[in-house]
Amino acid sequence: MSSVQPIDLYARRISDEKQLSVMDGTSTGTDKRYRILHADYPDPDALRRLAGAIKDHTLQHLDTYLDAADRALTANGAQVHYAADAADARSVILAILRGHGVTRLTKSKSMAAEEIHLNRFLMDNGIECTESDLGEFIVQLDDDEPSHIVKPIIHKNRREIATTFQREGVADDYNDDPETITRRARVHLRGKYLAAGACITGANFVCADSGRLVLVTNEGNTRFGMAPVPVHIALVGIEKLVPRECDLAVFLNLLGRSATGQQLTVYTEFIAGPRAAGRPDGPEHMHVVFLDNGRSDILASDCREILRCIRCGACQNVCPVYRQASGHAYRSTYGGPVGAVLTPLLAGADFATYADLPKASSLCGACREVCPVDIPIPDLLLRLRHQAHREAVPSPGAVPMSPFAKLATSPSLWRTAMTMSKAMNHLPVQVAPIAPLRNWLGSRTLPESRGGEFRKWIKRHSNHS
Amino acid sequence: MSATHARPVGKRVLLMGTCLCDAFFDDVARATVEVLEHLGVEVLYPEDQTCCGQPAFNTGDWDASRQVARHCARVFVGDLPVIVPSGSCAAMHLHGNRLQFEQEPDDDIASLAARTWEVVDFIHNGLGVTRWPGRFDTPTRIAFHRSCHCRDTGTGAAARALLSSIAHAEVVPFGQAEQCCGFGGTFAVTFPHISAQMGSLKIDHIRDIQPDLLAGVDMSCLMHLDGLAAAQGRRVPHKHVVQILRDTLIS
Ligand code: SF4
Repeated sequence: MSSVQPIDLYARRISDEKQLSVMDGTSTGTDKRYRILHADYPDPDALRRLAGAIKDHTLQHLDTYLDAADRALTANGAQVHYAADAADARSVILAILRGHGVTRLTKSKSMAAEEIHLNRFLMDNGIECTESDLGEFIVQLDDDEPSHIVKPIIHKNRREIATTFQREGVADDYNDDPETITRRARVHLRGKYLAAGACITGANFVCADSGRLVLVTNEGNTRFGMAPVPVHIALVGIEKLVPRECDLAVFLNLLGRSATGQQLTVYTEFIAGPRAAGRPDGPEHMHVVFLDNGRSDILASDCREILRCIRCGACQNVCPVYRQASGHAYRSTYGGPVGAVLTPLLAGADFATYADLPKASSLCGACREVCPVDIPIPDLLLRLRHQAHREAVPSPGAVPMSPFAKLATSPSLWRTAMTMSKAMNHLPVQVAPIAPLRNWLGSRTLPESRGGEFRKWIKRHSNHS
Repeated sequence: MSATHARPVGKRVLLMGTCLCDAFFDDVARATVEVLEHLGVEVLYPEDQTCCGQPAFNTGDWDASRQVARHCARVFVGDLPVIVPSGSCAAMHLHGNRLQFEQEPDDDIASLAARTWEVVDFIHNGLGVTRWPGRFDTPTRIAFHRSCHCRDTGTGAAARALLSSIAHAEVVPFGQAEQCCGFGGTFAVTFPHISAQMGSLKIDHIRDIQPDLLAGVDMSCLMHLDGLAAAQGRRVPHKHVVQILRDTLIS
C-alpha cells in the first residue's frame, strides 16, 4: 500500500489554478463571516451554542417533531412521503413526477438531491432536469461535481465558465465578465422555467409547529422555479426540522452570516403549503419527501452531533486541508470537515471505503470554532478514527502504535531510548527507519536530538537547591 | 475553558516535561523550571514520566493511548498542579482523555484533568502575574503563534499579555492567525504535502510582518515551522514563551 493518504495525493496533483480558486474563495468567505458576526453580535459564540442546543433538543425528540411536522404539513395541504434510503427517495420522486405526467423540471440547489444522485437518475428515466442555481447549472453543463456546499463551483474561475458557456451553446461568444455570465445564464434558464412541469427543491428548515418550509437562496431561483409549475417536490433530510417558527430567528441570522457573510440571504422563502384559498400563488401540488438515508443510524451513533449541520460551508472555508485539497478530494457529496464526518457515516456498511476522510485533519479545531451549530467536529473525527482502528481498516502511512505504548509505559526503557535517540543525529535522512518518516523529512530538517539532557540537568539542579 | 477556575494553584507543582522536550528541547523544560522558581514555585519532576499518549490517540488506537494516559495519570497522582510547557499536551489531559475515557471513567485520569495547566496559563491566570518584569535590549517585534490546542483556553491571551508587558517588546498580529501551522503530530507524517503547504503559508504570514522573534507555546509547531523554514532557507528566530520570559528577566 502507498504510504501516502489519498487526500494528500490529490492535493499534490491539483492544478495551481484550481488551488488558487479554492484558496481565494475560502479565505474570503472566512474573513467575511468573521467580520459580520463580530460586528453584529457582542458574543457570536453564545448564539452558536444556542443554535446547537436547539438542534440537539430537536434531534433528541426527532420522532415527536417529525410527527408534528407531518400533521402540520398535511393540514396545510401538502403530501408527506418517507424515504428510507437513496433508492427509495429516487423512486418516490419518480412516481410523483410520473403521476403528474412531468417530463421536464427545474431543480434548485439541494445537497440531499446530490446525496441521492437524483439528476442522473431522472435523466436516465427520460425526465429533463435543469439545475437553476447558477453554480449547479455550470456544474451540470460541465458534467462536473459540486466541490463546496454553498459555492459548488468554488474550484472554477470565470475563464473556465465563459469557455463552458460558449462550448455548450449557452452563449454565442466568449465573455468572462461575471455580470454577462449571469445575464446569459438567466436568459437561458428563463426558457427552462417556463417549459417545466415541476420544481424540485431542498429545504433549509421545516418548522414542526406550522409545517412551514424555509428556503434560502441568493438568486431567487426557487421562486422562479415554483412560479409557473403545478408541482413542487421538496426533498428534505429528516434532520432539517426546527421545533418552532420562532427558532428561525436564531438559525436564519446565523446561516447567512456563516455561509456567505450576509445578514440574510437575498431571498428567504416561507412556504406554507400548496396553492389554496387565501394562498393564491405557487404550485397546486406540494410533496415533501423526508429522507432518512442513514440518518437514523447516525442518530443512534456517538457522532449524532453532525446531524445538527445546517450546511453553511463555514467549516469548509476555514479548513486548511480543504483549502489545499479542494472538495473533490473527499470523493463524495460532502467535502471538508463536515464531509469527513458525514461521508463515512452515511456510507454505512461501506464505512471502510471512506475511513481515510476523518484522517485528513490536523485536528486544529478551526471548524469547531466557526460552526454555527457548535458541532465538535474534531471530536467526531477522532471517534471515527477510533472506529476505523477498531475495525482494523488499513490506513496508508500509519505507524503501528503498540511499540510506542510499550515504550511509553516502561519508564526505564523510555529513558534509555531517549539517550539512544541521539544516534539519529548521525543518520542520513534516506535511512530513516520508516517510509512515512522519510516523507516527512523530505521537506523538513529535524532538530538535533538532545535526548536525556533535561533529565541530567534537573538532577544536578535538584541536588544543588 | 470551564476548568480554569476550579484548577488548583499552589507554590508546589509537578512538571510534566513532555516527550518533545525530553528528546529535543531540554532548554524549554529548563526555562519552565527557572521561570517558575523565579516566581517562588517549587518544581518537582517525577522521573517515571514519558508522554501523554496523544500520538496514539490521534491515530485512533485508543487501546494504546489509554495505556499511556493511565501510566501518565499514575505518575502524576496526588493533588498538586501539573504544569506542562505545551498547549497540546495540556489539551490531551483536559480534553482528549475525556473523550477516550468516556466509556470507562478513571479517577486518576479525571484528577489529572482537574489539575493540569499549560505553563503560561498557569503563570497568568493561576498565579495572577499580569506584567512580566523583563526587558529586551532593543525593540523587538514578536510574532506570537497561538497554537490550535489553545483556541479556547486562557493561554493565548495570557501569552500576549505577558509578552507585551516586557520592555521593548511589541506583539505584532499577522494574517490568517486562525490557520493551523500544519503539524498535527502524525498528520504531518501521513499528509506530508498538505502539512508542508500549510506550514509554508504560515511562514509567509509570519514573515510578512518582519518579526525579530517567533514565539509559541508548543515546540511541536515551532519545530515543524523551523524545520520547513530551514529547508527553504528562510528561518525566523524562534523561542517558546517561557524561554522569552526567562531570557528577558531583569535580575
Ligand atoms: S458542520 Fe457546521 S460549519 Fe460545517 S457546514 Fe455544517 S453547520 Fe456549517
